[in-house]
Amino acid sequence: MSTQITGTLDAHGHLDHDHKPRGLARWLFSTNHKDIGTLYLLFSLTMLFIGGSLAMVIRAELFQPGLQFVDPHFFNQMTTVHGLVMVFGAVMPAFVGLANWMIPLMIGAPDMALPRINNWSFWILPCAFGILLSTLFMEGGAPAAGWTFYAPLSTTYSGDSTAFFVLSVHLMGVSSIMGAINVIVTIWNMRAPGMTWMKLPLFVWTWLITAFLLIAVMPVLAGVVTMVLTDKYFGTSFFDAAGGGDPVMFQHIFWFFGHPEVYIMILPAFGIVSSIIPTFARKPLFGYESMVVATASIAFLSFIVWGHHMFTTGMPVVAELFFMYATMLIAVPTGVKVFNWVATMWRGSMSFEVPMMFSLAFIVLFTIGGFSGLMLAIIPADFQYQDTYFVVAHFHYVLVTGAVFGIIAAVYYWIPKWTGVMYNERLAQVHFWCSLVSVNMLFFPMHFVGLAGMPRRIPDYALQFADLNAFMSVGGFLFGLSQLLFLWGVVRCMRGIGERATDRVWEGAQGLEWEVPSPAPYHTFDTPPVVK
Amino acid sequence: MSAHRSLINKLLLACVAMFAFGFALVPLYDVFCDITGINGKTDKVAAAAPDRIDRSREISVEFLATHDPAVAVDFAPETARVRLNPGDLQVVSFVVENRSGEPIVTTAVPSVSPGEAARHFMKIECFCFQEQPLAPGERKAMPVQFYVDPELPDRFKNLTLSYRLYRSVGKTASR
Repeated sequence: MSTQITGTLDAHGHLDHDHKPRGLARWLFSTNHKDIGTLYLLFSLTMLFIGGSLAMVIRAELFQPGLQFVDPHFFNQMTTVHGLVMVFGAVMPAFVGLANWMIPLMIGAPDMALPRINNWSFWILPCAFGILLSTLFMEGGAPAAGWTFYAPLSTTYSGDSTAFFVLSVHLMGVSSIMGAINVIVTIWNMRAPGMTWMKLPLFVWTWLITAFLLIAVMPVLAGVVTMVLTDKYFGTSFFDAAGGGDPVMFQHIFWFFGHPEVYIMILPAFGIVSSIIPTFARKPLFGYESMVVATASIAFLSFIVWGHHMFTTGMPVVAELFFMYATMLIAVPTGVKVFNWVATMWRGSMSFEVPMMFSLAFIVLFTIGGFSGLMLAIIPADFQYQDTYFVVAHFHYVLVTGAVFGIIAAVYYWIPKWTGVMYNERLAQVHFWCSLVSVNMLFFPMHFVGLAGMPRRIPDYALQFADLNAFMSVGGFLFGLSQLLFLWGVVRCMRGIGERATDRVWEGAQGLEWEVPSPAPYHTFDTPPVVK
Repeated sequence: MSAHRSLINKLLLACVAMFAFGFALVPLYDVFCDITGINGKTDKVAAAAPDRIDRSREISVEFLATHDPAVAVDFAPETARVRLNPGDLQVVSFVVENRSGEPIVTTAVPSVSPGEAARHFMKIECFCFQEQPLAPGERKAMPVQFYVDPELPDRFKNLTLSYRLYRSVGKTASR
């Protein structure tokens, strides 16, 4: 893929022509994709620390066997809200923020296609999470049925927070759907002349496919939470056997949403890594077309594998075999991606700045998470692993060292473009190594305690797991503290402390976003560039 | 903007369709379970009488009865187990006694295990077809008349029919 600019970037790039409102109004009423992108990213960072604090409570309680700090009901609230905040508050908004900032710059568009919807879809989010988090301070506490809110835990046995929970999930869904529509319309209609489909940067491709996934499954989530709401408060019996319903059906509908959802949280990270590796290997991405096809295949397969979350519900063997083979099939396009990244680096002139380090860690650790996923796909093995810490290890490897490392890599990679100053490389390297060591201390032993039978979502455990749990908790605290280094690095850049970044920022960087000045002016590409 | 408008309309339509699809999954799930017989669901309406009896093999059918702890009843099968030929019509009764001291209306939800055999489990008459009102202290034997379809594959030697008794939703709110 080669993108070259033939037209000139005119002088609209200078800051005096910005005409942006000052103060709070700028942010409240902003329709500028860069402002909204910044808001999304800062919101996501806030949620990362809130969700992280809840995880610290979990790890503190699990530091020793027995009950020390919290009672089991509160522990359940912590695991539930931690999951919800991280999935819907930290990872998804971070990707939408990156999409807002980068997609118009990458395809040569002046802004997102629907700027007012963009503003609206961001400002819904703080309301949604305000509602969700407020339940922590209410009598009866926050939702405690797990982020998967299985019926009847979320219907018959849940507290009054269910209504708040359902409303907040509806708002998150509306926000995601509006964001997804915006992304699709932007990519579809606003590409610069000459920016053909097969010249799109891979981050744009992965986001386009992610947006379609969002449109396909977020309404299903809205449907299932609505059923939970009416089952609990309006006497329907979708999931209540007494009225002719079926609690297992909840799991089918939930995971029909839930499995594509986990790819929503990883595909944009694939796009980020596919942008970063070529820059620091100083070679074009190996197998661009196969990357696009692999992303689309993963998205398609995500709709036919939901049953692997439900192997132990008593499905017939035929159905289990179907879901097992379909799940294992996903390893093929994912493997294509991993091999393409490795082949991109092969004989490249590599350098190891922090975005590259996080991307390399992503490839190795995400692959570990992928392999434990393959193990979980094996039906008889899954009967042993299900609901143990092995599952927790699996999805934290793909979500923390996968999605979150991808997001951090993206922030380090593009923050010079956003703020106009380079981040502090030494600080960032310390952040990387602390994160890398502590995250593995935190999650790797979970494989072992899981295989030995430690169940998830329980605040107490058998004495045999005590040493490893203490070790994991220390890893968890260190990982939490390490992210303060990240915060420090980001704040330094935002305050303009550091070396001035050049327009191209990275020696090997390719793509339209590097053709605009650093920091990117408030309005870019008012005249579309011509891509050859 | 009109290019945007038509694309937005299509995407919004897709959202509405997927929201509807989420709800459509509810009947689809039942239809799917009905057709394939998986999930142990048996027909909710009476089956036709058997046309032949397969004397060449015997199947054992066991009976289980459980109830929602929120309903104060005693509920048990009169017979724990019968042996029968496929196609042979049988009647067994489940005895229920209302210990709650108030009138209640109950619903029994049947399930056949192994699930794949459920569609070969034919009920001609069953107390689970209707709701069962019970006066305080009332004790009654509720019959189910059934046969096992001679088409039942050979690999099934033992079947279990289980009922779980619930208070009917909407009659006397239990929640």
